[in-house]
Amino acid sequence: MTAEIPIDNIAPGTWRPNRDRAQMIQLIIKIICGAFAAISIFTTIGIIGTLIFEAFAFFGDLPRELSQDGDNVSYVQGVIHFLTAGRWTPLFASKQFGIFVLISATLMITFISILVALPLGLLAAVCLSEYASPKVRRILKPVLEILAGVPTVVYGYFALLTVTPFLQSFLPPVEGFNSLSAGIVLGIMITPMVASLSEDAIYSVPQSLRDGSYALGATRRETVWSVVLPAALSGIVSSLILATSRSVGETMIVTLAAGSNPTLGFNPFVPVMTMTAYIVQVTKGDAPHGTIAYETLYAVGITLFLITLALNVFSFWFVRRFRQKYE
Amino acid sequence: MTAQEIQAKEATAGKFKQDLSGRYNLDKIFAAAAWTATVVSVVVLAWLLLTILMDGLETLNFNFLNSFPSRKAEEAGIRAAFFGTLWVMMTVAAVSFPIGVGAAIYLEEFASDNWFTRLVEINIGNLAGVPSIIYGLLGLAVFVRVLEPLTGGRSVLSGGLTLALLILPVIIVATREALRAVPNSMRLAGFALGANKWQVVWHHVLPSAMPGVLTGVILALSRAIGETAPLLAIGAVAFIRSTPDSLQSAFTAMPIQIYNWVGRPQEEFHHIAASGIIVLMVMLLLMNTIAIYFRNRFQQTR
Repeated sequence: MTAEIPIDNIAPGTWRPNRDRAQMIQLIIKIICGAFAAISIFTTIGIIGTLIFEAFAFFGDLPRELSQDGDNVSYVQGVIHFLTAGRWTPLFASKQFGIFVLISATLMITFISILVALPLGLLAAVCLSEYASPKVRRILKPVLEILAGVPTVVYGYFALLTVTPFLQSFLPPVEGFNSLSAGIVLGIMITPMVASLSEDAIYSVPQSLRDGSYALGATRRETVWSVVLPAALSGIVSSLILATSRSVGETMIVTLAAGSNPTLGFNPFVPVMTMTAYIVQVTKGDAPHGTIAYETLYAVGITLFLITLALNVFSFWFVRRFRQKYE
Repeated sequence: MTAQEIQAKEATAGKFKQDLSGRYNLDKIFAAAAWTATVVSVVVLAWLLLTILMDGLETLNFNFLNSFPSRKAEEAGIRAAFFGTLWVMMTVAAVSFPIGVGAAIYLEEFASDNWFTRLVEINIGNLAGVPSIIYGLLGLAVFVRVLEPLTGGRSVLSGGLTLALLILPVIIVATREALRAVPNSMRLAGFALGANKWQVVWHHVLPSAMPGVLTGVILALSRAIGETAPLLAIGAVAFIRSTPDSLQSAFTAMPIQIYNWVGRPQEEFHHIAASGIIVLMVMLLLMNTIAIYFRNRFQQTR
């Protein structure tokens, strides 16, 4: 035995473990990990900060851009123009900044996507949780997960090169770029999200409620329709709102399939331009910092951010307000 | 109750029809609708995969894998984009893995329930709902412009950092779940032997949570690999005839290259876009297989 045993040199009873080094390492690690956790807060601050900073620059420059005919435009008029003008032409010689043009396209495509995803997702959720046997469920759930994992650029390819020609084969007014095909494919993209979140909500409805309903003589559909779905309503609605928020912020499908033609109107057959598509168009063209084109990016970005934030906050609030608790 | 009232009641009672066959028919229609919805999702997935395979398999060859982008579709290839994606993904992994796992360890093991941890938790929930293109705008303003001397502008590093921020919430949530799944008795045994919190976490909790952590990280990376919008927003360009040789070199990535090819009017480019998609999907499939392998091992050992 050559190893030193410290206890030999010290009188028994006075030996104490030396934990200083271990404690110091722990303190250092704790500070580093705490800093890592704080990075998520800095990300939020960074996002909100840059959006607000550049959007302020935009609204500061807006009156100068608008008053090129000689008449003076105030800041308030600039903001009103931004919210109400009927054209969006920041890259042209005569500039107009009516954000509502972009919002209308986003709204229309989101609406179409929800029209697709609501029945598909909800019925798939009911099917998985109420009708499918465990074996079938084990096969179907991964399929939905694959659908959710397909990169959005692939959906863009599918919308532009497969779904649009397919629609054109029986709907001649559909143009090469249109919001109908983008909306449909977007709906397919968010269907797994609606399905899996709704299924979680439906699954957590206690079996005793279903049994009670059957005991009263209700059929399966009546049980699902008037007992299970109302009991799971908060989860279903919140899944729909989250899916809406996802649709609003989705970029690649709408950029590829819906075109880049900012027009006001709700015709689903013609090319339009969503908020996200505009951001891609400008960043692709390499807008130098300080130009009005660069600043519009952040004006559009903050509008998009506020819309999705409002939807997310509403969804959280809705779940907390209307959640049924079962013990 | 008068006799008349009883009579009236019996009359209405007689009007109540069970109509069982009608209700069961409705049941059948509803069940059929539910199954149709599920089958439609599966069919659409099959349709999507089939179109891409039919369009892309023909042009998928070694030449395509080994060539740089070109104005002619027959000569164009995915080499620059493939290596660009590899470089970006390595940056993302190197940045987001330690930060995400560290943050999760802090939240799960070290932190007490105070205002800071609650703020971080709410914040992570909100960050997960921010559209990816907004992260791109953040990357454009901060990494490409403000930190340009450090990152070299529209470089591998800028792209990697942007995507790392994007998947950080996913990694943190997955790691926390994996840490929570480690039985508390393991920690208590460590403490009883005189180890401090960090020693217990480092030597016992983290190793046994590792398969779960790795599953989460790989799934998060597989999300980052298909992200196009943030990279487009920070200005990654598609036409690059070299592979990256440093973190500060300009780059292109697979989704960017695919986006560029899909957007062109010529049909030949659509075919090579489909070939690119096949390569991308195979990479995704590989990553998911590895993740599932880890998950299964994780479930067995628990």
